[in-house]
Amino acid sequence: MSVLVNKNTKVICQGFTGSHGTFHSEQAIKYGTNLVGGVTPKKGGQKHLDRPVFNSVLEAKNEVGADATMIYVPAKFAAAAIIEAIDASIELIVCITEGIPIQDMLKIRQKLSGSGSRLIGPNCPGIITPDECKIGIMPGSIHKRGSVGIVSRSGTLTYEAVAQTTENGLGQSTCIGIGGDPINGTNFIDCLDLFLNDSETESILMIGEIGGTAEEEAADFIKNHKIKKPIVGFIAGITAPPGRRMGHAGAIISGGKGGAEDKIKKMEECGITVAKSPSIIGKTLFDKLSN
Amino acid sequence: MNIHEHQAKQILKKYGAVVPEGVFALNVDELIEKAKALKTEKYVLKAQIHAGGRGKAGGVKILNSIEELTVAAKELLGKTLVTHQTGPEGREVKRLYVEESSNIDKEFYLSCLVDRASSKIAFISSDQGGMDIEEVASSSPEKIITTKVDMDDEISESDCEKIINIFNLNEDAKKQAITVIKSLYKMFVGTDANMVEVNPLILTKEKKIVCLDAKVNFDSNALFRNPEIVELRDLNEEDPTEIEASKHDLAYIKLDGSIGCMVNGAGLAMATMDIIKLYGQEPANFLDVGGGASKEKVSAALKIILSDKNVKGILINIFGGIMRCDVLAQGVVDAAKEINISVPLVVRLAGTNFKEGKEILDNSELKLISAENLDDAAKKIVEAIK
Repeated sequence: MSVLVNKNTKVICQGFTGSHGTFHSEQAIKYGTNLVGGVTPKKGGQKHLDRPVFNSVLEAKNEVGADATMIYVPAKFAAAAIIEAIDASIELIVCITEGIPIQDMLKIRQKLSGSGSRLIGPNCPGIITPDECKIGIMPGSIHKRGSVGIVSRSGTLTYEAVAQTTENGLGQSTCIGIGGDPINGTNFIDCLDLFLNDSETESILMIGEIGGTAEEEAADFIKNHKIKKPIVGFIAGITAPPGRRMGHAGAIISGGKGGAEDKIKKMEECGITVAKSPSIIGKTLFDKLSN
Repeated sequence: MNIHEHQAKQILKKYGAVVPEGVFALNVDELIEKAKALKTEKYVLKAQIHAGGRGKAGGVKILNSIEELTVAAKELLGKTLVTHQTGPEGREVKRLYVEESSNIDKEFYLSCLVDRASSKIAFISSDQGGMDIEEVASSSPEKIITTKVDMDDEISESDCEKIINIFNLNEDAKKQAITVIKSLYKMFVGTDANMVEVNPLILTKEKKIVCLDAKVNFDSNALFRNPEIVELRDLNEEDPTEIEASKHDLAYIKLDGSIGCMVNGAGLAMATMDIIKLYGQEPANFLDVGGGASKEKVSAALKIILSDKNVKGILINIFGGIMRCDVLAQGVVDAAKEINISVPLVVRLAGTNFKEGKEILDNSELKLISAENLDDAAKKIVEAIK
């Protein structure tokens, strides 16, 4: 088993006919994702990439039975797109868009609680179960089906970790990019819980960065969980100056909180091995498993 | 995005909170002319810079007459203030604010911000006003209360009462404080603020609740729907190189080291800085070129990195996802024809089309050092600048 997505997941794309939506839908189809259609308001009834276009998410769900949606609409409209997907009771909503206002995310979090939907992102590379389902912007070719569950706040740094676990033969069960924004739909704890309960996932990589306290909370969660699996972590930003936003909206050390050292210390206290360099994330996990 | 105190107070006033009457100007003559209209015994002169700790640095003065005010304003304008938030280089005072003085009876702390952990709006209140709240938090945490409220059109009466309870006010002052909380909440939601801080909020001897200072930070991602906030941006308070970078849609932050970095993706950009430090050197900057790097963007990025005279070498680290390495490589080759890259350049390419990218670089006339992986890249750039 993998987590959240597999070859049977019926996926639609919101922002289907736009340039990003088109490019990444093509890539997803090439990878083997079961992309069953897409949504672009006012373009319902047309065909795009040989798949039906619908006016609304609800229409798509009723017609083709979508389980998951990937959102590639501009930041101004992304919150409305997510809310539309929640209202249509789509189980898994993956929002790639960067730059959504934080107060829109507060509203979305309120809307999500009590709903049957899970949001991954925003501002994330998406989710992939190698050889089965790719929802997002990650390059499919660097992945290899295997046993490591990967969860990360970053995009390209995740690719780095993925490539390292592909090179050393471990491979990945599922990789989830939870995004670089201060408020997101799915956090480390949600993903760790899924990985700990997944039989195919034998070990876990957790890649965090400065800002907030999500890594510390995740470390506590791991310490107290009854299922134990080898976990390796990495935290980016040990050289980041306080008070500056490092590219990601969520990557900021403020009020003396959110620094890399505190996160690393807490993770190590809770049994996570933290790689000292981004170039040895895969090796650190491999060595831990060999011991 | 940050704004000045006098601007923040105008917004607070618009939303219904009480602030002292004040005037601001960019030159002393205009300031004095405007200040004459204030009905006050004493004048409070405040330097307007985007940094806290102004009082201790000599940026706030209380004056007894227009004559004293004139002398003090002439002295303060153009002065460089160094506070714990400006860094050692300090910040030049380019605008001044004068307001009526207040008779302070009690000082409180009040702020409102987005709480990441709970995905709610948090109000922080304390009866220890006028002090650094982080110091209060570490020395006497019991004197601070945090109240988390839902995102909505307005805040409930009961939440307001929870927030101000620690101020220990009488009935009339309580009513005034509740009005301040409601105003603050409306302002927070209405302007897409990330943080509004009033420190101190005071009770005057005349029993009025007044916002004596104000600091606001707005969500840059929401500026598209707040044009009136965009107008308040003061480019004088921002680093010129960072302004130039933002024009090209590049996230750039200048640091103190000697190795310039150009990376795609914020997490990988930070990790690249970190690995440089692991090999004993310091990064000169954070720079995320983003997803689609055109020749223009790469060229702009290289120019910005090289404008820092401390840069002795550059490390380009690209893991192609959406970005194709061949496009990036062509961008580097084209940019190098236009600008003279006089320092060692190490390039590491991985991911989408990295082979094609390497070929383009290998076949160019450029003197660059090719790296196999991240570790190799860091070692090579550190070696190259020795």
